[in-house]
Amino acid sequence: MAADQIKLALLQAHAAEDASHVPESMGHSVFDPMHQFEITRLVDIHLFGVDMSFTNSALFMVIAITIVATFTIFSVGGRAIIPGRMQSITELSYEFVAKMVRDNVGSDGQRYFPFVFSLFMFVLACNLLGMIPYSFTVTSHIAITFALAAIVFLGVTVIGFIRHGIGFLKFFVPSGIPVALVPLLVVIEVISYLTRPISLSVRLFANMMAGHTMLKVFAGFVVAMGAIGGWLPLAFIVAFTGLEVLIAFLQAYVFAILTCIYLNDALHMHH
Amino acid sequence: MEPEAAKLIGAGLATIALAGAGVGIGNIFGSYLSGALRNPAAAQGQFPNLLLGFALAEATGLFGLVVALILLFVI
Repeated sequence: MAADQIKLALLQAHAAEDASHVPESMGHSVFDPMHQFEITRLVDIHLFGVDMSFTNSALFMVIAITIVATFTIFSVGGRAIIPGRMQSITELSYEFVAKMVRDNVGSDGQRYFPFVFSLFMFVLACNLLGMIPYSFTVTSHIAITFALAAIVFLGVTVIGFIRHGIGFLKFFVPSGIPVALVPLLVVIEVISYLTRPISLSVRLFANMMAGHTMLKVFAGFVVAMGAIGGWLPLAFIVAFTGLEVLIAFLQAYVFAILTCIYLNDALHMHH
Repeated sequence: MEPEAAKLIGAGLATIALAGAGVGIGNIFGSYLSGALRNPAAAQGQFPNLLLGFALAEATGLFGLVVALILLFVI
């Protein structure tokens, strides 16, 4: 496959081999930093005229879910009163998300805890899997993150309407403002509400994509500068990889906490 | 103007978004530090909020990057 060739080329900087793969718009770069985001079909599945092929993106989602599920199930399997290391990790992550939900949504938000926990662990697992070299970052695609954000947005809106009925529309009218300003502010509030799924999804996807692209660009500098000058960008990559791991965690945290904040808005509507 | 040139100039202009992100991130960490030095006891409790603010401010700069990438690769 072309993907393997690119990976080899990245390592060995075969300029001649690269030239055939680099798109026109990338111009002079030794390799294409966007190639790591390419989705390839692993198993071709076409059902009812819909392309439902099993891609590398789907593979890494399955891996992420398998890791999270097996780890959480088996680590607490012993149910030790004094937890071991593995059980501690699961209990810490549980307590971390539970505290997040408790602080931001309140006690009646606890019924949505499983959803927030699954969301957090899935995004975290996908982000961290992407940090392994040559793996695929599922969350660096707007299709995935927007699907997640749309689920959150639609779910929260439905919860708001179920909880408050048609009175949920009062959410868009800020209290304590002059009547003359109401039409203007309602429009602003509605727009800001509708941009929530966009900002939620673009934040995660842009962070992941920008970080991985930057790592790849600096990896190109290492190759281009060779054994003498290449140490400086290499040191930068090492430091930046540490920052990227932090950001991988941080973005999962931000995604989960914003879900909590949106849930709180829908449940309590205080403005 | 050539459409290709306009795309490249537009992508370059989109990176101005980084100025705002820089101001935002600097403001967050600067404010956190000045607050933490005044009241170190309360600093630990606000660390999650610091990270949240950092992530939110950083994301606005990345929106500019997305615009640049859309200009370069999609349009």
